Amino acid sequence: MSTLSNLLPGWTTNRDTRTGQALRGMFGRPAVALASLTCIALIIVAIFAPWLAPQNPFDLAALDIVDGRLPPGARGHLGHLFLLGSDALGRDMFAAMMFGLRTSLGVGISSGAFALIVGTTLGLVAAYFGGWIDTLIMRTVDLMLGFPTILVALMTLAILGQGVSKVILALVIVQWAYFARTVRAVAAVESKKEYMEAALCLGFSHRRALFSQLLPNCLAPVIVIAMVQVAAAISAEATLSFLGIGLPVTQPSLGLLIANGYQQLLAGFYWISVFPGVLLVMLVFSMNMVGDGLREALNPRLQK
Amino acid sequence: MPPAIPTLSVEKLQTHFFTAAGVAKAVDDVSFDVYPGEIVGLVGESGSGKSITGFSILGLIDAPGRIVGGRVLFKGVDLTSYGREALRQLRGNRIAMIFQDPMMTLNPVLRIDTQMMETVRAHAPVSKQAAREQAREALAAVGIPAPDERLNAYPHRLSGGMRQRVAIAIAMLHKPDLIIADEPTTALDVTIQAQILAQMQKLCARSNTAMVWVSHDLAVVAGLADRICVMYAGRIVETGDVDTILEHPRHPYTIGLLGAVPENVARGEPLMQVPGVAPSALALPAGCAFSPRCTFATDTCRTQKPPVFKAGDSHLHRCFHPVERVAA
Amino acid sequence: MIGFIIHRFVQSAGILMLTSVLVFCGVFAIGDPIQILVPADASPADIAQAVHSLGLDQPMWKQYLLFVEHALHGDLGRSFVFNQPSIQLIMERLPATLELAVVALVMALMIGLPLGLLAGMKANSPVDRVIMGGSILGFSLPNFWQGIMLVLIFSVTLGWLPSAGRGHLGTLLGIHTSLATRDGLIHLILPALNLSLFKMSLVTRLTRAGVRETLPLDYIKFARAKGLRERRIIFVHVLKNIMIPIVTVVGMEFGSLIAFATVTETIFAWPGVGKLIIDSIMRLDRPVVVAYLLIVVAMFTLLNLLVDILYSLLDPRVRLGGA
Repeated sequence: MSTLSNLLPGWTTNRDTRTGQALRGMFGRPAVALASLTCIALIIVAIFAPWLAPQNPFDLAALDIVDGRLPPGARGHLGHLFLLGSDALGRDMFAAMMFGLRTSLGVGISSGAFALIVGTTLGLVAAYFGGWIDTLIMRTVDLMLGFPTILVALMTLAILGQGVSKVILALVIVQWAYFARTVRAVAAVESKKEYMEAALCLGFSHRRALFSQLLPNCLAPVIVIAMVQVAAAISAEATLSFLGIGLPVTQPSLGLLIANGYQQLLAGFYWISVFPGVLLVMLVFSMNMVGDGLREALNPRLQK
Repeated sequence: MPPAIPTLSVEKLQTHFFTAAGVAKAVDDVSFDVYPGEIVGLVGESGSGKSITGFSILGLIDAPGRIVGGRVLFKGVDLTSYGREALRQLRGNRIAMIFQDPMMTLNPVLRIDTQMMETVRAHAPVSKQAAREQAREALAAVGIPAPDERLNAYPHRLSGGMRQRVAIAIAMLHKPDLIIADEPTTALDVTIQAQILAQMQKLCARSNTAMVWVSHDLAVVAGLADRICVMYAGRIVETGDVDTILEHPRHPYTIGLLGAVPENVARGEPLMQVPGVAPSALALPAGCAFSPRCTFATDTCRTQKPPVFKAGDSHLHRCFHPVERVAA
Repeated sequence: MIGFIIHRFVQSAGILMLTSVLVFCGVFAIGDPIQILVPADASPADIAQAVHSLGLDQPMWKQYLLFVEHALHGDLGRSFVFNQPSIQLIMERLPATLELAVVALVMALMIGLPLGLLAGMKANSPVDRVIMGGSILGFSLPNFWQGIMLVLIFSVTLGWLPSAGRGHLGTLLGIHTSLATRDGLIHLILPALNLSLFKMSLVTRLTRAGVRETLPLDYIKFARAKGLRERRIIFVHVLKNIMIPIVTVVGMEFGSLIAFATVTETIFAWPGVGKLIIDSIMRLDRPVVVAYLLIVVAMFTLLNLLVDILYSLLDPRVRLGGA
C-alpha cells in the first residue's frame, strides 16, 4: 500500500524492480515514511548548513561570552534570537547543531561508504573464489565480529592516535565485517547460479564477472545493511566524541556538543546537551526505521 | 447388551479458520458416534479435515480457527460449552491424544520421565516417586524393554517406534475413556507399524477404551477399526461398519479410495486413480464437494449439497447417486 | 564432548596469540614503541636503557618473544602518570567494573525475561507493541544518551539518585562490594541501569522471538493435550527451550558489557577500568592502554570459551552427541 504513489498519480513504481521495492520499503508504512522524510530533511539541512545557519559557530569573533548560557528563545545583547539557547561561550545552539549534524553525517556516511566498499569486495571475493581465500576472510570476519565495536574502535584509536581520518578509519575497521559477512552469504548462493557459469563460458575475466554480474544481484541486502550501518557509525562516532577520544574540538560533531553540555546539565542548563542529543536520536532512530522498512521490502523470504 | 450412551458423540461439528485470505471451512458438518471399546476409523486424504476434527474434540484449535457450530458430547456432556480449566482437567486424563510424529511431540530438552511424571501429577496428587513408578509400569505395559533406562533418556536417544510407544504409554497413564490417535503410525516403518497397531488393539480391548483412529491409509484402518467414517473436504461422505464399507461401498470417493489400495486390485491391473485434487477449504465448490472429480456427477450434484442418506443399518452416506454394485 | 572442549580451547589459545601479535605489531611495528612506552620527558640515557630492556635493537621476532615473556610475568609496562605497574592499576580497578557489569547483566535478565515472555504470549496485542517499542528505544538510543537522560530525570529533576561516584563498600560473602551497603546500592542503581538497558532490550526481543517460535510447535500442543497447566507449559516447556540460545547470546555479550562500561563509567564517574582507559588514552598513558587491551581481550576469549562449554552442557543434544 504505497501512500505516496496514491497521491502522485503520474508516478508509478514497478513492484518488481529493486528501486520500486526500495521505494515501497521506504514509504510503504506510515511510520517508516515519516522516518524517511525525516532523514531526507536532515540530510538537506546538513548539506546546506553553512547557508541555513543563523550564525557561524566557528567564527570566534562573532561570539560574545556575554550571551553565554541563554535559555531557548532568549535574545542576545545585540538582539540576535537564540532559538534553542546558547552554550557557555555564547554560541547559538541552533547553528552549532546544524554544523554538528553536518559533521556527524559526513563522518557516518563516509565511514559507511568505505566499509561498504571494502566489505562488499571482500565478501564477493570470498564467495566467488572459495577455498582458503574464503576461509581466511571469513575467519577474520568472525574474529572481528566477536569483539564489541567500542573495543575495536578504542584499540585502533589508541594505537593510531586521533583525528578525523583516524576516526573514520577506526569506524571502517569496525564495520567492514558486517558487510563482508552478509555479502558473502548472498554471493555464495548467487555464484552457483547459471548466469555466473554462463559469464565464465563467455570468457569474462574474473574481475568483470564479479563486478558486472555477481555484484548487482547481491545488492539488496547491502542496501539494507548500509542504512543500519551508517546509523551505527553515527552513533559510534558520537560515543567516541562524547568520551573525548573522537573528533577533535575544531570539528565538533553532535557527540562533542553533547559532551560539552554535560557539565552544564548538572547545573540546570539542560539545553546545551539535550537539544543536540535529541537531534542525534532523531537521526539515528529514523535511519534505523528506514533500514527496517527496507529490510522488510527487500527480503526475498518475506516476499510471497 | 446394548451400550448405554456413546463415549463420544460429535454432532454437526463445524470448525472454521478466519484467515486474511478468507474463511477456510476445515470441518463443515461432521457427525459420528463412538461407543465404549469401539475403534472408529476416520479416513481421508490430506486437507480433508480429519486432524482438525480430532483437535476440535479436545478443544485444541488455535487462532485463527474456532468451533463455530455443532456439539461434542463426551459421555453426554457438551465439551464446546466447557471452560478452559474444565477442558484441561479432561485432557490427558479422560480423553487422551496421540500425535503423528513422535519426534515433534516430545520436548527434546526434557527427559522422558519428566514428561511422563508431569502428566501423572497434572491430574492426581501423587508424589514424585509414585508418579515415576506409574511411568515405569506404563512403559512396560506398552512393551518397552528396560524401562528404567528409557526413563532417564532424552527423546532423541530413542528410535521412532520407541518414541511412539512412549506417547501411547503417556496416553494410557490415566486409563482414559477415549483416545484420539492422529495418524500415529504414518511416520514409522511398516514393521513397527504392525507392532504398534497390535499393541493399541490389545490395550483398547483390555480397558474398554473407545478410540478414534485418524488416518489417510484405508488399508491400515481396515485391519483395525470396527467402523469407518470417510471424510472429504470437511464432511463425512460415508460411514458404516468395516465389512460394509469394504464390501458394499456406496460413495464414489470411497470406491476410489478402495480402488487405489493395491491389495484390492488384481495383479497387473492398473491402480484406479481418482482424477483431480481435493478442493481447498477456502474455496469449496457449490453443491457436492466431490462433484468436480466424480464420474457420475449430474447437475443436481453440482448445485445442491447432498444430505445424509441411509443405505442400511448404521450405513450412511452423502451421495445423490450412490453406487449399487458390489466391489470386485 | 571432551574433544569439543579441547578443540575450543585450542581455538581460544590461537585467538589470544593472534591478538597479542596484533597488539604487538600495532605498538612495535606500526607505532613508535619509544613514544608509546617511554615517557616524553625521558633523558637520552633513559631512552637508551629502555631501548635495551625492551629489546628494540633486536630483530622483530625476538622482540615479540621478549614482549610475550614480559607479559607472562605480569610485566606489561609502567604507567607514566601513576608510576605504577600497569597491571597493578588495572587489577585495582577491575572489581568495580565487574561489579557494575554483573549487576547490569542480572538486571537485564530479571527484567528482560519476564517482559519478553509476556510479549511473546500476548503477541500483536497492545501490551506486546508497547514492550517491543520500548525495546527498540533501548537498543537504538546511543548508550551515552540514555545515561544522560537517566541523570537528567533521576538526579537533576527528581533528585532521587546520585549522579556520580561509587558509594561505600561493605563485605558480602567475603567480597568488597557496594551491594552490601545502602549508600553503595543507591550509587549503583543508575549506572547499572544505564549499562543494562541495551542488553535488556536484546533479552526481551530474543525471549519474545523464542516464545513465538516455540508456542506453535507440536510438543507444546502435545503438552496441552496432556492436560498440563498453562503455567507449567510456559515456565518449563517453553522456557527451557528458549533459555539455551538466550544464555549463550547473553554470555557472549557479557564481554561487551565490560567494554561498554567505558561509557557508563565516564558519565557516572565510576572508578572502574573503563574510566581508566579513557583517561589513559587522553593523557597518552600508553602502557596502561596496551595492558588494558591485552587483559580485556584475554578475558573476552576466556569468556567465549566458557560460554561455549556452558552451551554444550545445557543442550542435551550437543552434550550426548546425539541427534
